[in-house]
Amino acid sequence: MSFLDGFFAKKASEMSSTVARDRLQILLAQERQAQEDGDTTLLRTLHVEILEVLARHVSIDEDNVQIKMDRGQRYSKLEIDIQVPQSGLRAQVSTTTPNEEP
Amino acid sequence: MAKIVVVTSGKGGVGKTTTTAALGAALAQSGQNVVVVDFDVGLRNLDLIMGVERRVVFDLINVIQNEATLNQALIRDKRCDTLSILPASQTRDKDALTDDGVARVMAELRERFDWILCDSPAGIERGARLAMHHADHAVIVTNPEVSSVRDSDRIIGMLDSQTARAQKGEMVEKHLLLTRYDPLRASRGEMLSVEDVVGILSLPLLGVIPESEDVLKASNVGAPVTFASPESAPARAYFEAVDRLEGRNIPVSIPTEKRGLLDRIFKKRGS
Repeated sequence: MSFLDGFFAKKASEMSSTVARDRLQILLAQERQAQEDGDTTLLRTLHVEILEVLARHVSIDEDNVQIKMDRGQRYSKLEIDIQVPQSGLRAQVSTTTPNEEP
Repeated sequence: MAKIVVVTSGKGGVGKTTTTAALGAALAQSGQNVVVVDFDVGLRNLDLIMGVERRVVFDLINVIQNEATLNQALIRDKRCDTLSILPASQTRDKDALTDDGVARVMAELRERFDWILCDSPAGIERGARLAMHHADHAVIVTNPEVSSVRDSDRIIGMLDSQTARAQKGEMVEKHLLLTRYDPLRASRGEMLSVEDVVGILSLPLLGVIPESEDVLKASNVGAPVTFASPESAPARAYFEAVDRLEGRNIPVSIPTEKRGLLDRIFKKRGS
């Protein structure tokens, strides 16, 4: 490590290794589940349709929508994690969908 | 009781062959009978890393097809007489590996050796499946890099579902070996750390092999790194991994960066 690195040290959230770890955790959770389920049609369909609905109202990045299914013995949990940027919310908040407009 | 160990990874180029040679040589140096078996039919390289490429006459496929006996195909290492290598075929198709043939050869090797180390080909196809099928232990070789970690996760899934042990409702004992680790880059946050990879794959750690020029030097001269430079950092890490593979419960040495005085004064944030 050089002398200057001490001054220009990055925060954990800016380090590429943190990005790598987070990406892997999300990806592997999905892939392990897919291996168990054998078929991910339901999740993929949900993903596409949820994105469609969201896109009518807010601008979102497809990469920031995570849909996960945890199947349990008695109940299953469907987890939907959507990150919406500030600008996305401000830009297009509307209570009517485009096809309801006169 | 003979133990079959598969050295596997999914991804290519992470250090499976280097690891098979280094672990095999380290185990043999302690006086145990060891054979390293190359399953990479068509792309064999274990012979080259072990430095016996000019002595290959018969190979694993010849034994499977009953064209040669095991004795004819086994090559004894000149540096250590308890170490043997069973090369793969360079010319045949990997379909020549049959389930029954591999089972027969493995049973025969179990009679004669204490340790049977199988060097798996990359990928998840037939060769990789057969290399892991009879394993009691699996060494999953992983680089601190996203694609390698992902592929290791896939291989772990196969070990848990497609091996002989899994089919009997038992488990293959899995061990994580992190190779090409650069402690300096990890400390700067430019490379996944040991804790990151262990946390993601949730496997017990067999060892951490630091990135080192000694590994390439050893392969240049056709010697396992544990023979070529036994005092080097990677060789010491491999010797330690062997101790743990034999069941000794010793703490894993994690390579650390060599910090200068200034670095210690200007300790970095977030690490």
